Amino acid sequence: MNIVVCVKYVPDAQSERGFDASDNTTDRENVDGLLSELDEYAVEEALKLVEAGEGEVTVLTIGPEQAADAVKKALQMGADKGVHVSDAAISGSDAPATSLVLAEAIRKIGGADLVLTGMASTDGSMSVVPAMLAERLGLPQVTFASELTVDGDTVTIRRDGDAASETITASLPALVSVTDQINEPRYPSFKGIMAAKKKPVERWSLADLGIDSSQVGLGAAWTKVEDVTKRPPRQQGTIVPDEGDGGARLAEFLASQKFI
Amino acid sequence: MFQLGPDHEEFRSLVRDFAVGEVEPHVHEWDRAHHFPTDLIPKMGELGLFGLVVPEEFGGSLEDSDGGAFTNLCIAIEELGRVDQSIGITLSAGVGLGINPILTYGTDEQKQTYLPDLVAGRTLAGFGLTEPDAGSDAGATRTKAELVGDEWVVNGAKAFITNSGTDITSVVAVTARTGTTSDGKAEISAIMVPSGTPGFEVAPAYDKLGWNISDTHGLAFSDCRVPAENLLGERGHGFKQFLKTLDDGRIAISALALGLITRMREEAAAYSQSRLAFGKPIAVNQGVSFQVADLAVMEETARLLTYKAAWLKDEQEAGRTSVAKVKQAASIAKLYTSEAAVSATRIATQIFGGNGFMEEYPVARFYRDAKILEIGEGTSEVQRMVIARGLGLPA
Repeated sequence: MNIVVCVKYVPDAQSERGFDASDNTTDRENVDGLLSELDEYAVEEALKLVEAGEGEVTVLTIGPEQAADAVKKALQMGADKGVHVSDAAISGSDAPATSLVLAEAIRKIGGADLVLTGMASTDGSMSVVPAMLAERLGLPQVTFASELTVDGDTVTIRRDGDAASETITASLPALVSVTDQINEPRYPSFKGIMAAKKKPVERWSLADLGIDSSQVGLGAAWTKVEDVTKRPPRQQGTIVPDEGDGGARLAEFLASQKFI
Repeated sequence: MFQLGPDHEEFRSLVRDFAVGEVEPHVHEWDRAHHFPTDLIPKMGELGLFGLVVPEEFGGSLEDSDGGAFTNLCIAIEELGRVDQSIGITLSAGVGLGINPILTYGTDEQKQTYLPDLVAGRTLAGFGLTEPDAGSDAGATRTKAELVGDEWVVNGAKAFITNSGTDITSVVAVTARTGTTSDGKAEISAIMVPSGTPGFEVAPAYDKLGWNISDTHGLAFSDCRVPAENLLGERGHGFKQFLKTLDDGRIAISALALGLITRMREEAAAYSQSRLAFGKPIAVNQGVSFQVADLAVMEETARLLTYKAAWLKDEQEAGRTSVAKVKQAASIAKLYTSEAAVSATRIATQIFGGNGFMEEYPVARFYRDAKILEIGEGTSEVQRMVIARGLGLPA
């Protein structure tokens, strides 16, 4: 089974994150980035499926120069090869444009029996790219899988909701997004680090994918971020000395903040 | 010239992620409970930490490392040691005392029997040299092994043996007198005693000042019988063989101490900027900030000495430098970093004030863990002796 895993290079949540002042997009150049943690679950699931049977795991990303790190991490974990789509015109793309580039890249890869993604990126957190990508590729979309099994040409997943757990099947090829409950992503090993250096990584531009630059980027985005204001720093807490009426004052405070 | 290559740094970041993700969240609890985390060992094996200096045929990655394998091992020990010293020594001893003697002196059969599991972290091995009455004076070994028929019969006791009593310990190699040489000295050989052999008794874990998470036991042997082929290396060479592994071990301890010093510098720098006294961070006082500066100097010096010694060891493996050079560099590194580590914990604890005395903060644990660094793998006094002899002095 050949699997393509879509991964994203995101700003490290531990570092100081910000926005590009000129166009209000996420600043991806001046921050430390890494493979989105939520995508590690998709990589791990792909590796487990291929290890249990046969096939290849191709990891696909779109992003600036540094995004190659996300591909490298997935290769260190054990993926077989990488594809990195990078083009200055892609900067500022919204979810529909991102899904367009991913879809064309997957076609150029030669399709896949299974396309895996994380449940959301840890920066944009929209969760919509998997659905859009499935639509563009004409694949069944099965999202938020907490468990995944493949039997012949059928993929079965469990989706845990607030009220019930659903079991859903789809025929392959299909697209599945996975949650952080599905597995425990492995750490790369020393051998994995050394082996990753020899694994092939393709670099494609928009032209390689036959996409016109007017179809992507900030200009083609369906929505626009008009303004960005950093959240003010958290206010100092209030200390309520208990002078016999502590309980009542605490309740008053909680009610005033609409906690109760 | 004064930095490790990108491969080494990439490996460092892998071990750091692992140490912070899998070790840090549990160390406080493990330390308080004196708990040896058996489940962590196979995870360290999966990372490849036990196989860095082991050829591929036994599951290791020596061929991949393009030289610098021992340097990688030191990086792993440093990064684990930065999070917890016990876990660092578990790796250091697991490789240096468990795997190395078998790899270096074992027969093909012994290697095939033990190494794949040791490298994978499914098992651990120990090396028993120290005795209640034989420490640095290892030649005074009293444990005896007598060849009776086709079996060694081992009698005696060993002290402070790391990784010897875990649930996954597969074997302990022990030095024992196997006779008398022609010049009347004790003939010392190394014998491999598998865990669970009748007559091989593991004493209850020691109650230590620190290194609570590390597994350390006394061992007792009474008419303990193992097959004649359990001799490790050559008969009569047990002590000489062991001395050869000491240089590696000293560099490894230096790396462990470096991890501790680095952590103390990080902790002290952060705390001194967040802890307020008289309305200002305590770091505005030069009495505090100068001490943090001293920690940075210790860290830098320790780093240079440790990785110079590790580099020399790798150079020696490649036949490009002498054993004598490694020996001297190993002792210098071990002496400086271990003594600096003890000073560093004293300084960091002082900067933390009352909180430094509380187990709630990690500096207290490191304070307890530091002292052994000046003792294990040769005391500071022994290092000075080795260094003086290396200079040609009649020490």
